[in-house]
This record gives sequence, structure tokens and C-alpha cells, in this order.
Amino acid sequence: MDMTQYLNVFLEESREHLQTLNESLLELEGSPNCKEILDEIFRSAHTLKGMSATMGYTDIAELTHDMENVLHKLRNGELSNSGKIVDLLFKSVDMLENMISDIANGGTGSLPIESLVADLKKCETGTESENAPPLHASNPAASHQLSQTDPVSIVTSFEFNEYEKNLIKQAIDQEFQCYHLVVNIDPRCVMKSARAFMVFKNMEEIGEIIKTIPLVQDIEEEKFESSFDLIVISRESEEVVRKGLVTITEVTEPEIKSITEVFNSLDAMGNIRSSPDKPIIKPVPAAPQAVSKTNQQQSAPQVRAKASQTVRVDTTKLDSLMNLVGELVINKTRLEQIGRSAQIPDLTETMEQMDRITTDLQNVVMKVRMVPIDNVFSRFPRMVRDLARDLNKEIELVIEGKETELDRTVIDEIGDPLVHLLRNSIDHGIEDPAERISAGKPEYGRVTLSARHEGNNVVIEVKDDGKGLDPEKIIKKAIQKELVQPEEAEALDLQSINRLVLLPGFSTAEKVTDVSGRGVGLDAVKNKIEALSGSIHIESVPGKGTRFKIQLPLTLAIIQALLVQIELETYAIPLSFIAETTSILPEELNKIQEQEVMLLRGGVLPLIRLNQVLEVTPSELPKEEEINIVIVRKGEGKVGLMVDTLVGQQEIVIKPLGKLLGNIPVIAGATILGNGQVSLIIDVASLF
Amino acid sequence: MDNEVQLVACAIEGEEYAVDVGSVQEIIRIQEITRVPHASPYISGVINLRGQVIPVMDIRKRFNLPSTEYGETTRIIIIDSNGTLVGIIVDNVSEVIRLPIQATEAPPVGSSGINAEFFTGIGKLGHRLLIMLDMEKILGINSDV
Repeated sequence: MDMTQYLNVFLEESREHLQTLNESLLELEGSPNCKEILDEIFRSAHTLKGMSATMGYTDIAELTHDMENVLHKLRNGELSNSGKIVDLLFKSVDMLENMISDIANGGTGSLPIESLVADLKKCETGTESENAPPLHASNPAASHQLSQTDPVSIVTSFEFNEYEKNLIKQAIDQEFQCYHLVVNIDPRCVMKSARAFMVFKNMEEIGEIIKTIPLVQDIEEEKFESSFDLIVISRESEEVVRKGLVTITEVTEPEIKSITEVFNSLDAMGNIRSSPDKPIIKPVPAAPQAVSKTNQQQSAPQVRAKASQTVRVDTTKLDSLMNLVGELVINKTRLEQIGRSAQIPDLTETMEQMDRITTDLQNVVMKVRMVPIDNVFSRFPRMVRDLARDLNKEIELVIEGKETELDRTVIDEIGDPLVHLLRNSIDHGIEDPAERISAGKPEYGRVTLSARHEGNNVVIEVKDDGKGLDPEKIIKKAIQKELVQPEEAEALDLQSINRLVLLPGFSTAEKVTDVSGRGVGLDAVKNKIEALSGSIHIESVPGKGTRFKIQLPLTLAIIQALLVQIELETYAIPLSFIAETTSILPEELNKIQEQEVMLLRGGVLPLIRLNQVLEVTPSELPKEEEINIVIVRKGEGKVGLMVDTLVGQQEIVIKPLGKLLGNIPVIAGATILGNGQVSLIIDVASLF
Repeated sequence: MDNEVQLVACAIEGEEYAVDVGSVQEIIRIQEITRVPHASPYISGVINLRGQVIPVMDIRKRFNLPSTEYGETTRIIIIDSNGTLVGIIVDNVSEVIRLPIQATEAPPVGSSGINAEFFTGIGKLGHRLLIMLDMEKILGINSDV
């Protein structure tokens, strides 16, 4: 089973538990017999054990198991707590930390734990030896300047950890050469870190940097005098390596020594291989770019988990951050208006800068709130499997684009509609295996769930290769349910017929099943998606399958909108709904059965008078001669909204109207304009 | 201190009312109100309170009193009702007063007041009678009337 997708979760949670362990152990030192603290430690150790066993990291499981035994006896009072035990536990935690780091760096998490385990066992049985060997052999801190010419001492003074040693060994086995480089940079050089960067770059072109002294970060921050040391593995000859260095200006006289032989011989002597008594383990600070390109590791199956630094943040904090950015955007717009009317060049210039910064800030905050859609998708395979089993169908679920990111608010809401569509596809779309075979289709029905970005939208598709929608059945049903008049039905094209299934009260399932078809069906899906300012399209080919295409905005917090004026009031229409704007003369208005319409490029466009829908009181304001029409679309449908004036396009921050004004039809929310005035956002989806 | 109440005294249509100071977040001058279509008739609209959109209620409409023009003294009392902010428009706000509990009475029983359901009690301050408003009831637009 492929565990890589769980690896990051494992690492993150392990680190959390280690943190807890560390904190609790510190507390335990203060109050050695506090049962609560012991319980807490026990729980963390236990969870770690379970997790690591699941992931196959047996050494971690073994170590935590022995810790658990000791803790158990402490809890039961069979052992009396002493500083030594706490020390031992601390050491175990340190060891666990090293193991987790090793795993994060692509290792197996197997470190020599024998001595520690033995100590824990001794401790558990009460025969703890007085002089347990210290875990951290006090390695003298390596001097930053390795001036030794003796290759052996070079190797031993570099404190290679298990992982690095392993890497070098593997490389040497694959006939790579291992070099020790001392890079000298002209002391008068102004940007030493830039030179160092060039060195890294050139070395990574011909090989791999295994280790640096000082650490990569320190080198990048110029925390070195005039030279630094590198251990590089490469297939290239010493000459090529030298060339890679001397071509960089201000790099003088690099010292290059092959230490391949040394390594081999030392290895043979066992001098490097760490023994349980003297493990050379330091927390692996993981020189980040040192091993990122793994040409020689390609044979190794391990996937290196990116040691990404993550901080878990309470979502309410993110929300308030978003609000603050929203405030900033509002005030920026306000300043822009002032700047425009005051016409101060300096101010305009500054505003342009500020505009860029706020846009960047907004993008960053937006990104922070983005969550991969996998959070939702990941629960579907199991659901589909169970469902297929219940229905005796053979289903293959293909998930594409699960890394696509969406705003958290959208993620939270999109799960249910997708469940609905999937169930629908599996229950109604995919035929029974026998039916499929007779139709010349593979026995396995294929349901594809995909997500992708399209401009400022996210498109989610649920596609099946089932029998597709049956237009005749739909029409029959729609007429029967009085959703459409028989004479109207005649005129409908395939698209419009398909859209009938989205109407409330429509359900084509012959029999009501547990799975879908309780009559609440697809209109619930449609409503939900429209509530998220999205839209849904259906494409269906009878006999071939159906495709539901959901389009959603990336975020619901800040949107582009067109501001329009109706009498004295200003309203915002989300740009995502607007197809185009146009204007007509009053005499171009037509009526079809009391419905006002206009002709748009030969087609008939129904019109809605917004002032009536919004109950706007007429004002004395002089009207333009032409009527401005904002053409909005919903799904396949289009409608023209009649407004007095088009004010302009603007970025708006959506604010809720609050509980007291919940469920106001036609209004989707409010926003604050540049002049501080509140303007309402029109809920286009509810208009038609 | 426990045997004392602090009240924000305000006037509506010549009568004195009082709101418990604990539920008042702030008092602001009347400002531009954006009408919200299809909202309850008591709601005048929404205002911008430092970036927050807050509904504002015209208490005159709530009490079936005749509407008047907003003037210099018109104020919006911002009420914090369980975390939700709502503004109520009053003719003026005079002061914050302390009243001993003994100086307050339960609302008169019987048919005396038309809007008695909105009152928690009557406060007596010398000759002045202050009608203590029950904000919970007043704001519960959806539940009654």
C-alpha cells in the first residue's frame, strides 16, 4: 500500500506528540508523581507507537513500546520515579525526534536504539545500571575550518549522520566519487552568499552536496569567514569539479580531495558506522537543497517527504486576518478616490504602490486559506466502494486533480453536493454489469471525479460512462409532475431537457432507493452550488454517459463586481454572473405575454426591472435616455437586468447581513464602498 | 454595586426609555443608512460601523409610533445581543444613570401599556419614569408580531 500520502500527516502528528512528550516530561520533573502528567505522557507514547507501527517504522514502535512499559509501571506505582528515569525518557524522546527527522529526510527511521531499549528494559525491571551510557557521545563541536590535510581526520571530523553515511555509501556503491572541497572566497568579496550560491548551483549540476560546514543556512546568511567545506558526490572527475569551482569569480584556490577511498576503508574498519555505544547522532538539520535532487537515489523506492514547515492556525484567526485585509482593500479604494479627486501626483504614485502591496497581501492571505480539494475527495473512494457493493455494480472511481486548491469556506460546503452527484451517477448512471456487457461496454463502470482551475474559477466534474440521461423519460416525467407544459416540451432542445432534472420535485428513479432518488435530488445540489456563487451544467449523451460540470469561484470573500445605480441606490452585481452590458432605447422594449423582452443579436432576451424587484422608491433624478441593461447568466439561461446607470467595476469585500437580516431574497450580502457607504450585493441566482 | 442598575437613558416620542448599559456597545450619531429591500418593516437598513455591516432598527416603527425626520440629536444605540450587533434609532440619548434596584418596578400588569411586552420594568428617578427596554424581545423580530 502506498503510504506516501500519509507520510506528511504522520510526520506532522508525530512532531506534535513529541512536543507534548517534551512538555509533559518537563512537568514531570517538577512533580514526579503526578498521575495526570504520566497519563498524558503515556497517551502520547501510545499514539506514537500505534502510528509508527501502522506506517511500518518498527524501530519507533519498539522504542515507544518500551517507554510505555516503563510509564505503565510508574503509573501503577510499581516503579518509583527518579531523575534517572525521566532522563532516560528524555533521551528516548530525543532519539524519537532523530528518527522522525530521519524519516522526514527520506530515511527509514531506523537508528541504533539497542542501548536505549536495553536501558529502558533494565529500568523497567528495576535493575538499572548506575552508569548508563549517555546517548549523546559528547562530540567535540567540529571546528568550522577544516584545515586538516589528513583525509581520515576530515571524514571523522565531519559528523555524518546515519542518513548521510547511507547516502554516501550508496553513491560509492554506484561508482560515484566522494569529494571533500574547501571553497575559499576572496575576503574582499562583497556578496559572499551569492558566491556560495553559485558554488551550490554548480556542484548540484555535476553531483550532489551531502554536507556543508557550516550549515547551508549559515552559509546563506554569510555566517562564515572566507571559506567553507563541502562534501560532494559526483560521477565527474576531480578536474571537472575543480572547473566548476574556479569558473566562479572570487572563488580562489579550492582544495579538492577525493575521500571515496577513505570512506571505503573507514567503513570497512567500522570506524564510521555508528555503534550502539557511540552513535554519532545529532538532530539532522537537513541541509535542505543538499539532497533534493536524487539522481543516484532513483533506484531507491523511498519518496522523500518534503520537510515543509507547517504551523497549524486556528481558522478563526485566518478569518479575522481576511477581514482585516478586506478592511484594507476598502480603505485603499477610498484613498484612491481621494487621490483621484485631489490630483496629487505623489499621492497617486504612492497609491499605485499600495495597490500592488494590498493585491499581493490579499493573494497571500487567500492562498493561506486555500485547502486542497483532496480533503473532500479523499472520503469518496470508500463511499463509492460501499455503494457499488450495495448495488451490485462494478465501479472504478478515478480521481483527478485532487491537489486543486479552493477556499476553505467552499471546501466545507462542497462535500454534500458532490456526494449527491456521485451517488446519482452510480445509482442512475452506471448500468448493471450484465447490461453493460450487452451494451458492449467494459463490465467496470467508470466514474471520474476531477477538479481543475479555470481562470478565477474551479471546475469540478463528475463524469460517468453509464447510460446517460434519457430525454424522453425526462420529458414524460416533467410533464407528469407538471414542471413543463406538453406544448412547451416540444420546443425544448437537448440542453434544456437535461436541465429539467435540476428542477425541484424532479426525480427519475423508478423506485425510491436508499442511495438517491427521494425526490429532493438534484435541485438541492443546484441550490447549494448557486449559494456558493457557482453554476452547474449537464452534458449527457444517451448510451455514453453523463457529465456534471460545477463551476465555483476560488473564494467567496473578495470578488469583482459591477456597481450599478438604480434611482439613488447603488447595488453590486458579481462579475462572475455578468455576460455583457448593453443599452437600448425605450422604444426597443417589447412584450411577450406581459414579460418585457428585448432583441439581442436576433435572440429574445427576457428583461427584469431591478427597481421593481428591489422596491426602489422613484426619485427625481434625471434619467438617461437609453436604458442600461446588464446581461447576467445562470447556467444556460440569460436575463437582462434594467438599471439606471453603470457606475463601474470594482473589487468588493463581501460582508454578511447578519442574523437579523438573514434570508432576504434577492440580496446576497453587503459590501462597503470606497466612500464608506454600504451597498447591497444582488443575488443573481435568485432572480430567475 | 449589585443592588444597583446602570441605564442608558434615551427618549422616543417624548417618553423616557432606558437600556441596560451592559448590552450597549456604543452610541453613535445618525449616519447614512442603506435600505434593505424585503427586510422587516422595523429595519431601516444597514450601516457601516467601522467596516462592519450592522442592521439598524427604527424603534418608532417597532412601537407603532409615527415616523419623524432624523435630527441633530438622533442617535443610534449599538446593542450587543449575544455577540450580534444591532443598532436602534432613538430621538436622543441623555445620560447614563444609576438606579438602586429598589427604584425599579416590574412592568404594570394589565392593559395599561400598549407595548408592555417590550419592557422589563419601570425605573423611578425622582419624578422621572424610565421605561426599561427588553432588547431580547424587541430584537426578536421573527418570533412575534
